[in-house]
Amino acid sequence: MTAITPRQRLRSGSGKAAAGRAGGAASLLVVIVILAALLVFFVLPVIWLLLAPTKTDVQLDHAFPLSFGSFSQLGRAWQHLTAFQGGAIWQWLRNSAIYSGGALLVTLATSVPAGYALAMMKFRGRKLLLTVTLVTMIMPSSALVLPIFLELNLFHLIGTAWSIILPFSFYPFGVYLVYIYFATSLPQDMLAAARIDGASEWQVFARVALPLARPVIGLVAFFSFVGNWNNFFLPYLVLPSSDQFPIQVGLNQLLSSTPSFNPVAGKGLDITSPELALAIIIAILPVLVLFLFSQRALVSGMLAGATKG
Amino acid sequence: MTTVEIERSMAPAAATPSRRSQRRGGLAGYVFVSGYTALLLAFGVFPTGYSFYLALTNTRGQFTGLGQFTKVISDFRFGPAFGNIAVYLVMWLLLVVVLTVVTAVILRSRVRPGLSAALRFLYYLPGALAGVASVLVWLFMLSPGVSPVTGLLRALGLSTFDQVLAPGNLPVILVLIAFWTGAGGWIVVMYGALNNIPDEVMEAARVDGAGPWRTAWSIQVPMIRKWIVYMAILAFASGTQLFVEPQLLQTASLQRVSPTWSPNQLAYVLAFQNGDFNAAAALSVFLLVLGLIVATVLVTRSGLFKVGDE
Repeated sequence: MTAITPRQRLRSGSGKAAAGRAGGAASLLVVIVILAALLVFFVLPVIWLLLAPTKTDVQLDHAFPLSFGSFSQLGRAWQHLTAFQGGAIWQWLRNSAIYSGGALLVTLATSVPAGYALAMMKFRGRKLLLTVTLVTMIMPSSALVLPIFLELNLFHLIGTAWSIILPFSFYPFGVYLVYIYFATSLPQDMLAAARIDGASEWQVFARVALPLARPVIGLVAFFSFVGNWNNFFLPYLVLPSSDQFPIQVGLNQLLSSTPSFNPVAGKGLDITSPELALAIIIAILPVLVLFLFSQRALVSGMLAGATKG
Repeated sequence: MTTVEIERSMAPAAATPSRRSQRRGGLAGYVFVSGYTALLLAFGVFPTGYSFYLALTNTRGQFTGLGQFTKVISDFRFGPAFGNIAVYLVMWLLLVVVLTVVTAVILRSRVRPGLSAALRFLYYLPGALAGVASVLVWLFMLSPGVSPVTGLLRALGLSTFDQVLAPGNLPVILVLIAFWTGAGGWIVVMYGALNNIPDEVMEAARVDGAGPWRTAWSIQVPMIRKWIVYMAILAFASGTQLFVEPQLLQTASLQRVSPTWSPNQLAYVLAFQNGDFNAAAALSVFLLVLGLIVATVLVTRSGLFKVGDE
C-alpha cells in the first residue's frame, strides 16, 4: 500500500523514532484493514451484480462468485426478461422516464425562481416560507407519502400520471440549494446595475441570474431525478395497475415472480436470479450513468454543502 | 435509506447572505415563489392538515377526539413496530456515526489525495442503487449458495435463506442495506467538513507532538461535531420512516417476516387491508409529528441554517 504519505511517518522526532515506527506500523495496519474492508463491502456487491446476468442459476450457486459466465447466457436472460408480461419492463422504464422527467421539469420551473426570490428579493412572509421549506426539507419525505395518498384519494386522482408527477415535483431541497447558491454567490450590485439600466424584475432574473445559475440547476436536476427515479413508496400506493408502474414497483413485481425467492408464485416463469439481476442493472442504469459522469460536479456540490458551514 | 439521505447531506450550507439593503421585490417576489408555494400547500401543508382531520374523526366525518389515536396505540402491532424501529435505530446510529467519522478522518489525514478521492467515490457508488435495487442486491448477498460470501454466512450458522431472514436478524440486515447505500455520502460530507479545518490548527497540533490518532480525537472530531450531530439527527429521522426495505424483505421471505414490521408498514396495512383510513391517518400523524419536531429543532436550534439576514 502506498496510501500513507511519507510526511506522516517522518513526523515523529528522531529521539522516539523506534517507538514511533512500531506504533506507526500498527496504526498503518489498522488504516489499511479499515479501508480495504470498506472497499470490499461497498464494491463487491456491485461487481457481483454486474456479472450475475452472464451466468445460469446453477452457475450462480456453484461457480466462483466473481467469474464471467457467457454472452449467450446474457442473451437468454435478456430474452426471458423482455418476454415477461409481453415486454412490461419497457413500459415500466417509459413510465419511470415520464414521471421523473415530468417532475424534473416542474421542479426546475418552480424551485429556481422561488430560490432566487428567497435569496434576492424582499417580501412579506419570506422568512416564514424559508423556515417551512427548511423544515419540510429535513423531514423525511416518506412521512408525507401516506397523507398524500389520502389526499389524492379524497380528490379521486388515484391512478393518474399527475398523481405521481405533481407530488414528485414538490422539492424543498431544490429550493434551498438555489437559495443558498444565489445568497452566497450573486452580488446584489449586479442586480442593481441591471435595474438601473431599466430591466424589469423578470428580465433581471432571466438575463443576469439564470445564466449564472447553471451549476446549481444541474445539481438540483441531478438530485431530483435520482430521488424520483428510485422512489418506490408513493407509486406503490397510488398506482393500481402494472402498465402504470415505474420500474421500481416493477422490480417488486419481478421479485414476487422469481422462483428463487418465491417458489410457489414463480413456478413456471422464466424469471430466475440472472433475469432479476439483469432487471436491477437496467433499472439503475440511468442513475448509475449519471453518477459516473457527474462525479466531479457531484462531489464538489456535496463539498460545497459541507465547506461553507 | 434512500438517496434523499445523500441529498440532504449536502444541505447544511449555512447561508451567509450578503447585505440585503438594496433588496427589492414586493409583488414580483410573490410571482416568483407562487409555483413552488402552490406545490408546498398542495403536497406539504394540505396533506398534513387532512391527516390531522382524518385522525380526529371517524368514517362518517364525526369528531371522535383522540379516539383514533388510542385505537392505534392499543393495536397489538403498534408496540412491536416501534420496538423494531428502536432496535434498528440504535444499531444504525452507532454504526453510521462511528464508521463514517473514523473513515473520513483516515481518508483526510492518512491517505494520498488521489487515492482518497477514488475511495470516496467507490464508497459512494452504491448510493446509485438506493431503494428497491439495494434490497434486491442484498437478498442475493444474503442468500446462501448464490451469495459471494456463502462461506461467511455458513460460518455464522446461516445455511438457508429462511435462517437468514429469521425475524431477529432483520435489524442487522436493514442496517447493512442502509449503510451500503447511505454511508458513502456521509463519508464525503464528513471529509468535506474535515477539509474545512484550517491548516494552522492541524499544524499546531503537529508541533505540539500529537500523533494522527490523537489529533483526530482531540482536534478533528470536536471541530466537526455539529456535522456529526446533523448526520445523526437526519439518520434518526429517516430511520423512523422505514418502508421499502422491510416491505420487500417481507415479500421475499414468503410472509415469514411480519407485514407490519415498521410503523409505516402498519399504516399501510391499516389503510389498504383494513380500509381504515382514519386509523392510518392517526398513525401517520405520529410519524409526521416526530419528523416535524426533529426537523424544527434542527432548523431553529442547531445554528446550521440561517433564515434571516438580520
